Amino acid sequence: MALSYLRSSSSRSANLLRPLSSAASLRRPISTDTTPITIETSVPFTSHQCEAPSRSVETNPSELLTFFRDMALMRRMEIAADSLYKAKLIRGFCHLYDGQEAVAVGMEAAITKKDCIITAYRDHCTFVGRGGTLLEVFAELMGRQAGCSKGKGGSMHFYKKDSNFYGGHGIVGAQVPLGCGLAFAQKYSKDESVTFALYGDGAANQGQLFEALNISALWDLPAILVCENNHYGMGTAEWRAAKSPAYYKRGDYVPGLKVDGMDALAVKQACKFAKEHALKNGPIILEMDTYRYHGHSMSDPGSTYRTRDEISGVRQERDPIERVRKLILSHDLATEKELKDIEKEVRKEVDDAIAQAKESPMPEPSELFSNVYAKGLGAESFGADRKELRATLA
Amino acid sequence: MLGVVRKKMLGQSLLKIRPAVSMLRSYSSAAKQMTVRDALNSALDEEMSADQKVFLMGEEVGEYQGAYKISKGLLEKYGPERVLDTPITEAGFAGIAVGAAYHGLKPVVEFMTFNFSMQAIDHIINSAAKSNYMSAGQMSVPIVFRGPNGAAAGVGAQHSQCYAAWYASCPGLKVLTPYSSEDARGLLKAAIRDPDPVVFLENELLYGESFSVSDEVLDSSFCLPIGKAKIERVGRDVTITAFSKMVGHALKAAEILEKDGIDAEVINLRSIRPLDRSTINASVRKTNRLITVEEGFPQHGVGAEICASVVEESFAYLDAPVERIAGADVPMPYAANLERLAVPQVEDIVRAVKRACYRSVPLAAAA
Repeated sequence: MALSYLRSSSSRSANLLRPLSSAASLRRPISTDTTPITIETSVPFTSHQCEAPSRSVETNPSELLTFFRDMALMRRMEIAADSLYKAKLIRGFCHLYDGQEAVAVGMEAAITKKDCIITAYRDHCTFVGRGGTLLEVFAELMGRQAGCSKGKGGSMHFYKKDSNFYGGHGIVGAQVPLGCGLAFAQKYSKDESVTFALYGDGAANQGQLFEALNISALWDLPAILVCENNHYGMGTAEWRAAKSPAYYKRGDYVPGLKVDGMDALAVKQACKFAKEHALKNGPIILEMDTYRYHGHSMSDPGSTYRTRDEISGVRQERDPIERVRKLILSHDLATEKELKDIEKEVRKEVDDAIAQAKESPMPEPSELFSNVYAKGLGAESFGADRKELRATLA
Repeated sequence: MLGVVRKKMLGQSLLKIRPAVSMLRSYSSAAKQMTVRDALNSALDEEMSADQKVFLMGEEVGEYQGAYKISKGLLEKYGPERVLDTPITEAGFAGIAVGAAYHGLKPVVEFMTFNFSMQAIDHIINSAAKSNYMSAGQMSVPIVFRGPNGAAAGVGAQHSQCYAAWYASCPGLKVLTPYSSEDARGLLKAAIRDPDPVVFLENELLYGESFSVSDEVLDSSFCLPIGKAKIERVGRDVTITAFSKMVGHALKAAEILEKDGIDAEVINLRSIRPLDRSTINASVRKTNRLITVEEGFPQHGVGAEICASVVEESFAYLDAPVERIAGADVPMPYAANLERLAVPQVEDIVRAVKRACYRSVPLAAAA
C-alpha cells in the first residue's frame, strides 16, 4: 500500500496510514511518536575513574527519525561542499565531517541550547546541529554576505552565539582552554549548564589542554572535554603521535568514558551522563571513537596514510546513518521508501541552499574595515596603500 | 596637575583610597599624592564593585595580595570566586579567561610580567583580538590583559622585554601604556569598561612612584579616553614622544634642554593602539622636529611607526630628520653598567634633541 509521508517546512506532522503490524495497535504518525523504545548501544562503554552508564538507551521513533534526517542532511551537506571546493567556489581550508555525524547529532539530543559547544575547524555539522542553516553554511564557505560570519570568517570560523555555539577555531587545541572558560562563566553565573569542548586525537597531546584540565578540576568547572578520535591527526596515525592513545584516560585524575562515536544513541547516553557528572563533580573526558571518510582537509586525499580498504570497511561496518537506518527498519518505524524519500528531500534542501547561497553577493569593500573592534573609537585603519584606502572605525 | 597650589583637604581624610562617591562633591583643585600601585588597586576595586561581571585572575593575585601588591585587599573584599589564583600555566589560564569573555564575563588577567604573556600569545591574538572580526561582530571579547612590561632592574634578558610594538601591530587589540597615577586609574578603568581586548602595559619601576591626583581623578566615575595622547609639557622647538617610564625621562630631558634654550614639547602617548597620530602630527607641524623615545627594541618599534606616520603626513613640516631613541638592539644584559647602556637614559634624549636642532657636535663619519 502506497504511503505518503507529507512534511511541511514548518511543522513535522505526517500523515500515515498503515495496516496493523505485529504490535496490536494502530501505529501513530512516526514523526511525532514519542513512545519510548530501549535500544542497546553497539558496544558497552569503557570507563576511567568512574562508573560507566548503562548501555541501554531510551529513545523513541521521533528521535530516531530526527537522527536519520539530521545525519543525512549533514552528510549531504559535506559531500556538496566537496564538490563546491573542487569547483573552486570554496577556497582555502575546508575540513569535512562526513563519518562523524553521530557525535554532533547524539550530543544535541542530550543537551539544551543553554549548554555551550566549542570545537575546532571541522565545524560545519556542529554548527548545523546548533541550529545553523544550510544557507548560512554554504554562503560562508563561499565567502558571501549571507554567511554566518558574513563571509569574513570562512570554513573554520562559524559561530552562533545565540545558540551558545562558540566556533570554529583554527589553532589546534586552543578551543579547549576556551571551552573551559565558557564553563567557568557558566559556573560564575550559576546557570546550571555545561560546556562541551571538542578536540581531535591530534589536539589531545597539546599542553594547553592539560593546563586547562588542571584548572577545571581545581575549580570544579562544568567542562566536558570531548575527544573526537578519528584516529588520524592530519596525516599522522594516533599510534605515531601519542604514547598513550587511550585518550579517555589521559585526564589521569579526571574521569573519562570511551564511547562508540559512530552510534548516535551511545553518544547521546554518554553526553547525558557527562552533563550530570560535570554539574556535580567537575570535568570529565569523553572519547568518541569515530572516523572521517575524507582526508584531513580538501588538500589531503586521505589515502596516503590509510588504505582504501580501511575506509570502505568502516563505511560498511560502522556508518552512523546506516546504523540508524537499520534500527528504524528493524523496529518497523518507517519503510525503506520513506527513508529514501527523506534522503531525497534532504538532497533537495541542500541543492536549494547552494543555489540561494550562490545568489548572495560578496561583502561590500567597506566590510574590510568593519568589526575590527566592537567599539572603534574613531580610530583609523588602512588598506594596502594607506594614502589610497583608509577608514575611520566606528 | 603640576604646579597646582596645594590646599588643605577639608572634611573626610583620605588615608586610604576608597571607591566612595559623593555626588555633591565639587572638584577642588587640591592635589593629593597617590602611587601608581594604589591607583591601579583603586581602579580595580572600583570597577569590580561597579560591575559584577568583572573578575581578576592571575598568579599570586589573591592570597599573596599580588606579586607587586597591585591586587592587595581584593581577595578579602570580593572573595575567591572573583579573585582567582591560578597555577603557573599562562596558556591555560589566558585561554580560560578569553572563553569566559566569550560568554559575557569581563576578565582582568594579570601576567606577572609580559614576558610570560608569550606563553599565552596565541590566545591574546588568535582567540581574543581577531574574534570580533572573524565572527562579523558576534563574538566581542571584553578582556583586559595587564601586568608589568619592559625592563625592571637587573632581571636579565628573559625578564626585560617591552611588548608594546608586538601587541600594537595587531588589529583588534587596544594597547595602553599608563605613565602617571592619573593615567593608571583612568586608563585601567577605561580598559575594563571597553568591549574589546585590551593589553595594558604597566611598568614595575613606576609602581612605587607618587603623582599628584585631583579629586576628579579620585572619583569612581573617572575615566580617560582610549586613543588620546596627553601633552605633558607644551613646547615650541621639538616634539618628544614617549610612553610609560620614558615619559619621566623625557620630562627630565626637557628640563635640561630648557637651560640650553630649547623648549621641548613632551607627548605622553598613553595609547599605542589606537595611536594618536593627529596629536603627534599637529605637534610636529608646530615644532618641525621629532624625537621618539621607547624602552623596547628599536627595529620595528613604536618609534618606527611614529616616524613613518610623521613622514607620511607631515613631511613638508620637518626641518630635521626624525630621530629614534630606543633600547639597545641586544638582549638585556645583567651587569649594571651594560644594563645602563641598554636602556635609554636622559642624556640620550638630550643628545638626540640637540642633533635635531643642529646644535650638537658633528657626528663622526660612519665607517
